[in-house]
Amino acid sequence: MNRIKQRFEVLKQQGRKALIPYIVLGDPAADVTLPVMHALVEQGADILELGVPFSDPTAEGPVIQKAHERALAHGSSLRDALTLVKQFRETDFTTPVILMGYANPIERLGYQHFIELALDAGIDGVLTVDLPPEEAGEFNQQLGEAGIENIFLLAPTSSDKRQKMVAEMAGGFIYYVSLKGVTGAGNLDVVSVKQHVDHIRTLTDLPVCVGFGIKDGASARAVADLSDGVVVGSVLVSKMAELAARAETSPRAFSQAVSSLVAEMRDALDN
Amino acid sequence: MNKKASIDFNQMPDAHGHFGPYGGRFVSETLIYALDELESIYRSLKDDPEFQAQFDYDLAHYVGRPSPLYFAERWTRETGGAKLFLKREDLNHTGAHKINNTIGQALLAKHTGKQRVIAETGAGQHGVATATVAARLGLECHVFMGEEDIQRQSLNVYRMKLLGATVVPVTSGSRTLKDAMNEALRDWVTNVDDTFYIIGTCAGPHPYPELVRNFQSVIGREARQQSLAQTGKLPDALVACVGGGSNAIGLFHPFLADESVAMYGVEAGGFGLGTGKHAAPLNDGIPGVLHGNRTYLMEDENGQIIETHSISAGLDYPGVGPEHSWLKDIGRVKYVAIDDDEAMDAFRHLTRIEGIMPALESSHAIAYAEKLARKMDPDQTIVVNLSGRGDKDILTVAEIDGITL
Repeated sequence: MNRIKQRFEVLKQQGRKALIPYIVLGDPAADVTLPVMHALVEQGADILELGVPFSDPTAEGPVIQKAHERALAHGSSLRDALTLVKQFRETDFTTPVILMGYANPIERLGYQHFIELALDAGIDGVLTVDLPPEEAGEFNQQLGEAGIENIFLLAPTSSDKRQKMVAEMAGGFIYYVSLKGVTGAGNLDVVSVKQHVDHIRTLTDLPVCVGFGIKDGASARAVADLSDGVVVGSVLVSKMAELAARAETSPRAFSQAVSSLVAEMRDALDN
Repeated sequence: MNKKASIDFNQMPDAHGHFGPYGGRFVSETLIYALDELESIYRSLKDDPEFQAQFDYDLAHYVGRPSPLYFAERWTRETGGAKLFLKREDLNHTGAHKINNTIGQALLAKHTGKQRVIAETGAGQHGVATATVAARLGLECHVFMGEEDIQRQSLNVYRMKLLGATVVPVTSGSRTLKDAMNEALRDWVTNVDDTFYIIGTCAGPHPYPELVRNFQSVIGREARQQSLAQTGKLPDALVACVGGGSNAIGLFHPFLADESVAMYGVEAGGFGLGTGKHAAPLNDGIPGVLHGNRTYLMEDENGQIIETHSISAGLDYPGVGPEHSWLKDIGRVKYVAIDDDEAMDAFRHLTRIEGIMPALESSHAIAYAEKLARKMDPDQTIVVNLSGRGDKDILTVAEIDGITL
C-alpha cells in the first residue's frame, strides 16, 4: 500500500492530525536537506513535502521564491531531489515523501522517465502546481499505473464543478489552499476554511489538508481542528533563510532551527 | 501543403486553448476561476455588435487606425528586389501595436467592473499602452517591470508614471520580462476579486493567446485590404519580429489560409544563435511549460528557464506565443533570427534612407526583410510590420555610439 494512505489510516486510528512540513531541496546548500528531513521526522512530521526548485515559481511568495533562488544558485535540480529521497529511504522506510514543484522540470525528464526514477527513489506523491486536472490527464494516468499519488490543489475560488473533477482525479489527499494568494501571504479566515473543507468532504473520502498561511502552533491547531492535517511551509523556509543570511553552514544548525518550530506545532496539534 | 490546406485557422485554438500540443492552461488552481471568468466574458462579447463597434470606434478615433501601408520606395530601390511595404503600427497612439490589444482588454475589464488593472512589460511599450487606457477609463494601474528593463527603458518608465500608473520594480530571477510576468501572475492570484490582468502578448494561459491575437488581427485585416487596393494582389511575403509574438500573429493570422503568402517570424538572435546568448526559442529551444502555456522555450538540461539576451528589451523573453510554436511545427510560418548587430544596422539604415526610426524590436524585421527582398523579384511584394517607433531606444543607441545625452 502507498505510504500516504497508510499514514492517514494510522493517524485516523490514533485520532491525530497530519503535520506536513515543506522545505526546498538544496536550500541553502546541498548537504543541509537530508539531515533536516530526518530532523523533521524526529520532531513528529507525518509526511514530508520536498519543494523542487524552479526558475519561475509563480505560485510562491517572496520567502519561498528566495529559497528556490538559493537552491538554484548551486545548481539543485529535479534529479538531485530524486537522488536525495533515495538516500533518505536508506534509513527511513515509512515516512511518505511528496515532491512539490512545477511542470517544466518533469517534462524535461519526460513523464515516464521521471516516474521510473521516482519509483526507484521511493517517492509516494507528486504535487505539480501548474498542472491542473485539465492538463494532467496523461501524467495522472501514468502516475496512477505506477502507484504514485497525484495530489491536487483546491482553492477558495474553485467552482463546484471543478471541485468534483479534482475529487475524482486526486490521490493521497486534497490540498486545500486556504487563501487567495501566493505562499506565505495573508491571514487565515477560519470560518471560510471550515465551509470549504466541509464541502470538499461531501465530494470525496480522501483526507483534506490545509496549507498557505499557517504560521504557528495556534493557527496550525485552528486549521487542523477543521481538517485532516496542515501543510507548513513559509515559516520553516523563513527560518532557513535567517540562518543562511548569517552564513550558517552547519547542517546541524539548520536541523535544530526547524526542529523547535515543528515540535511546537506537533505539540499544538496533539494537545 | 495538403495538410495545411485542410486546417481551418479560425477554429484554433480548440475549446481548451490548445494549438496542437501547445497552449493550454498551466496555472495554479486559484487562477482557474479568473480565467474561466475572462473566457466567459470574452465569449459573450466577442461577436456582440455593440462591443465590436466600440472597439472599432476606439481604434479609429483614439488609436488613429487604420495605420498606413507605406511603400518604402527608396529602401526598395537601394535594396534591389521585391517591393518593400511598411505597415505603420509605429504611427498608432503611444507609438506601437500594443495599444490595439490594451484597448480591447480594457473594454473587457470595463465589463467585469473591476477597478484595478495590472500588466507586465519588457520594453515598456505594453506598460505605456496599459497605463494609457487605464488613464482614459479612470482605472488604477500597476505595471510590473524587471529592474534591468527599468534601467534600459527609463523614458517609458517616466511616461507610465506621468500617466498615473505605479511602476513596480521586479527584483526576482533575471529581472526582465519573464520575471515581470511571474510577479504579475502573483499579484493577480492575490487580488483576483478586483483586478484584471492585461497581458501584453499572445502568450500566457488560455484564453489570452486567442484574445490577444484577435485584438491584434486588425493589423493583418487592414494590411490585406490595403495590399489589394494598392497593388491589386496579396503580398508575396510577410515579415514581423517575434518576442512573445503579438504583432506577428496580428499581421499573419488573417493571411494564414492564403497559401501564396509566405510568412517569416524574426526572433532575436542576440550575440548570435551559436553563442546561446539570444532570445530565439523557435530557432534554438525546445517545447516546455512556462507562464501558463506549453510552447517552445529557452531552458537548460534540468528544465530551468535560462536568461536570454537581446539588444531590444521587448524581444528579450525565453518563451513565445503557443500559436507560433504550432505554426512552426506545421511549417506554415518560417522562423528565423537576426542578431543585435544586424538589427542595429537596420535601425540606422531605415532611419537614414526613409526618415523612419524603427523600434529596435521592429529593426529585426527590417533587417530580415532586406535580406529576403534581395532574393525576390521586383514584381513581388513584402509587407513588413513596423511594430513600433524607435524614440524609446534613443538612449540605448546613443550608449552604443558612446554618446551621453
